[in-house]
Amino acid sequence: MVIDWLPSILIVVLLLLGVIGMLRRASLWRAGQPEKVNIVAGLMAMPGRYLKDLHHVVERDKYMSRTHVATGGGFVLSMVLVLVVHVFKVEEQIVAWALLGALLLMLVGAFFVFKRRLNPPERLSKGPWMRLPKSLITFAVTFIVLTLPAAGILPEGTGGVALIAVLSIGVIIGLGELLFGMGWGGPMKHAFAGALHLAFHRRPERFGGGRSTGLKPANLDGDVLGVAKPSDFKWNQLLGFDACVQCGKCQAMCPAFAAGQPLNPKKLIQDMVVGLAGGSDANYAGSPYPGKEIGQAKGSPNEIITAGLVSQETLWSCTTCRACVEECPMMIEHVDAIVDMRRFLTMEKGETPNKGSEVLENIIATDNPGGYAPGSRTNWAADQNLAVMKDKKEVDVLFWVSDGAFDMRSQRILRAFVKLMKAAKVDVAILGDEERDSGDVARRLGDDATFQSLAKRNLATLGQYKFNKIVTTDPHAYHCLRNEYADFDKDGALAGVEVLHHTTFLNRLVQSGALKLDAFKGGKVTYHDPCYLGRYNGEYEAPRDLLRSLGIEIAEMERSGFRSRCCGGGGGAPITDIPGERRIADMRMEDASATGAELVAVGCQQCTAMLEGVVEPRPEVKDISEILVDQLIEEVH
Amino acid sequence: MPHKVISLISVGRHPQSGRSRRADQDSRAVELGLKLAGTDLDVVHAGNSEEPVLRQYAGMGLPKVTVLEQTESADALPALSSYLKAQQADIVLTGVRAESGESSGMMPYLLSEQLGWPIVARVADIVEIKDGEAQVLLALPRGQRRQVTVKLPFIASVDNAAQAARQSAFGPGLRAKMATQSGSTEDDSVRVNWSEAPAKARPKRLKVVKAKTAADRFKAATAKPQGGSGKVMKNETAQEKAQAIFDLLIEEKVIR
Ligand code: SF4
Ligand code: SF4
Repeated sequence: MVIDWLPSILIVVLLLLGVIGMLRRASLWRAGQPEKVNIVAGLMAMPGRYLKDLHHVVERDKYMSRTHVATGGGFVLSMVLVLVVHVFKVEEQIVAWALLGALLLMLVGAFFVFKRRLNPPERLSKGPWMRLPKSLITFAVTFIVLTLPAAGILPEGTGGVALIAVLSIGVIIGLGELLFGMGWGGPMKHAFAGALHLAFHRRPERFGGGRSTGLKPANLDGDVLGVAKPSDFKWNQLLGFDACVQCGKCQAMCPAFAAGQPLNPKKLIQDMVVGLAGGSDANYAGSPYPGKEIGQAKGSPNEIITAGLVSQETLWSCTTCRACVEECPMMIEHVDAIVDMRRFLTMEKGETPNKGSEVLENIIATDNPGGYAPGSRTNWAADQNLAVMKDKKEVDVLFWVSDGAFDMRSQRILRAFVKLMKAAKVDVAILGDEERDSGDVARRLGDDATFQSLAKRNLATLGQYKFNKIVTTDPHAYHCLRNEYADFDKDGALAGVEVLHHTTFLNRLVQSGALKLDAFKGGKVTYHDPCYLGRYNGEYEAPRDLLRSLGIEIAEMERSGFRSRCCGGGGGAPITDIPGERRIADMRMEDASATGAELVAVGCQQCTAMLEGVVEPRPEVKDISEILVDQLIEEVH
Repeated sequence: MPHKVISLISVGRHPQSGRSRRADQDSRAVELGLKLAGTDLDVVHAGNSEEPVLRQYAGMGLPKVTVLEQTESADALPALSSYLKAQQADIVLTGVRAESGESSGMMPYLLSEQLGWPIVARVADIVEIKDGEAQVLLALPRGQRRQVTVKLPFIASVDNAAQAARQSAFGPGLRAKMATQSGSTEDDSVRVNWSEAPAKARPKRLKVVKAKTAADRFKAATAKPQGGSGKVMKNETAQEKAQAIFDLLIEEKVIR
């Protein structure tokens, strides 16, 4: 009877429609700019990346990770076996039993998805995502019933035409979501785009426990600098946006969102999806950008993004703290995208807000953001008796002072660090007036031309001298020197040089016994992880080791380590200063106060400035080198 | 008929680093020019068309910069005055002060002398151009303005009080066209004899401020200089004179 064949025909039809949808989706990504990927190696590596790297992130939420393994694994297995049993009609009972097992697994998973969706947290998107567990359950139940005869549990033809009709509807609902929806932009799109995103990720170094945080250089010869339209992104960036599952983990971590600034990383990625597919955000069912209504954003691959899709303030609210990237199970790169779009605003439109344009102009004319005379860079060290590279030529440690040299508060950190190095008899020198701004702020503000020029000039200076290590108290300069200068280091000025943050370096000195320290006798101490030290460079332990070496038991904040909340000072955010309802620094200080600490230890002059800007009463703020120097046991000769 | 507006630009010098940059007042002249003429504004430089600073000006959104190509030692005056005459300019904008070399500073005066056009110094804004005349706001000390009407064509030097220059964008600056014409070959005979030295800060009269609070110090620093605003009353009645004194005492908050 024809009707017996109906489910099989439906399976094939929906599968074909799904494939057509996927091909169409792939053509949308191809509107992006070319970027070389290794297709074969990527596809081969994909299952491993899924099982290890992606699940490493999902694993942070045990409930969801188990649910996803059961549902996703169950579905993939069932789908293969459904084709074997119901399309190719292989009549081995054992296969049918295997299919039943897979379907049951999926059903259990789907049940837990359903449970989570009963009372979903705010960060999750609603809309079509609410029907997903029901579709999953329909799929599993339908195919369980359809497979029972093949497994020999029910006689063939049970239930007759009526049952087949009901099951056919089940097939349409289940496969409609899972296959058709995968290709045509339903919630299941994440599985298909996500898998390919893992294969063709723009930063493959991130997989296998690696780290890749340096921004990619802007092509300064292009017709348009930065990203103006969705089609200016690389194709695999567009693919990445499409992988988003709208889990909102990024939103929950974003300091700008929490401060009520008009940024929500999840919405931003969804707006990019609107841009690449064309249309409006009317169907978006998640939290908005604070203070902005949903339904106003429109875009298409060839329309300027900031002319209707995303507002400029949204892009300037980001502190580039990478909390979103760290948290995203789909390994989407929000910060890359935001800086790409800022590049267009700064280098093509000249629209860096507030103090941005003044700061950039200062950096261009004086190599420091404050516009101070370059010849006064070493004034802070007038009484420090520090050797200068120009005289020394060769040294063990080059101390990269950074622009803290011009700031009185930061100078206290610099002096403390110099005192510690002297106590440990380190062979050290500075560049003196030959040093320039690292380019960090210019780059985060989208002015890659100025960044590249500074990087090249700094490298040319560094190339004249010999040193084994370069140490800095500024995590932003540290990040540039360590992760971003390599793209411009044609002559190998930094080849073989170890770039270190001062906490890492000091920790080595303490561990080797070169520094003798007394126990700390003050009150409770907490530690704030600077984003550019922690998430950007993976250094969480050295600062803590140092505090422990003083006998301090660190009272950890709820958000610490890789989940540390930004102080609000990165990415040029204090310069562009987009208003919100709260200040990020205030929120971070509340985190610190909640531990009952009397002292916040930090490892960054920018964090120090931001946290000290919080009104009293509040815990004291000190750089780790300042804490150490107070406990230094000075040898008397 | 749209008016022909020309802004003259020079290579500036950053006060702290001494490095070349777009001169502050010259870029205000470009900003004002853009307000008056949009991208029809003609921006002119006499000098080297390879000069990177010209790209910083162009980054303000200029599709092209006209360069009267000449060496550094050549006199800019003949080249500029013949260009302005040939272009039948209506308004020529420059800065008030030169930041380096022979640029704004003497240049607007020399041009006005050569061309026989009026010069309006220290312009804050040009409000309207109509019927061959322009309404010009001059900048006076302490934020005051004076409105004057000037017949076209004229030369105006733009004061620090004018709208600050917009941000310069790297991309458009890079792509702008340098439209070169040959400039003058005459050596600048005055300039050869110049010797340049860093400016010394002028000595300042010490002001003894007796104020106790920050607000008082602020007032002392910003108060109008006294004198000049007095009134001589001879023919009024005693009543009126008393009233005037009374009003003044109230105004100065001597009595309440
Ligand atoms: S961008 Fe990543 S973290 Fe944010 S909602 Fe999408 S998948 Fe989740
Ligand atoms: S980098 Fe930080 S501030 Fe920017 S979107 Fe991500 S979480 Fe928000």
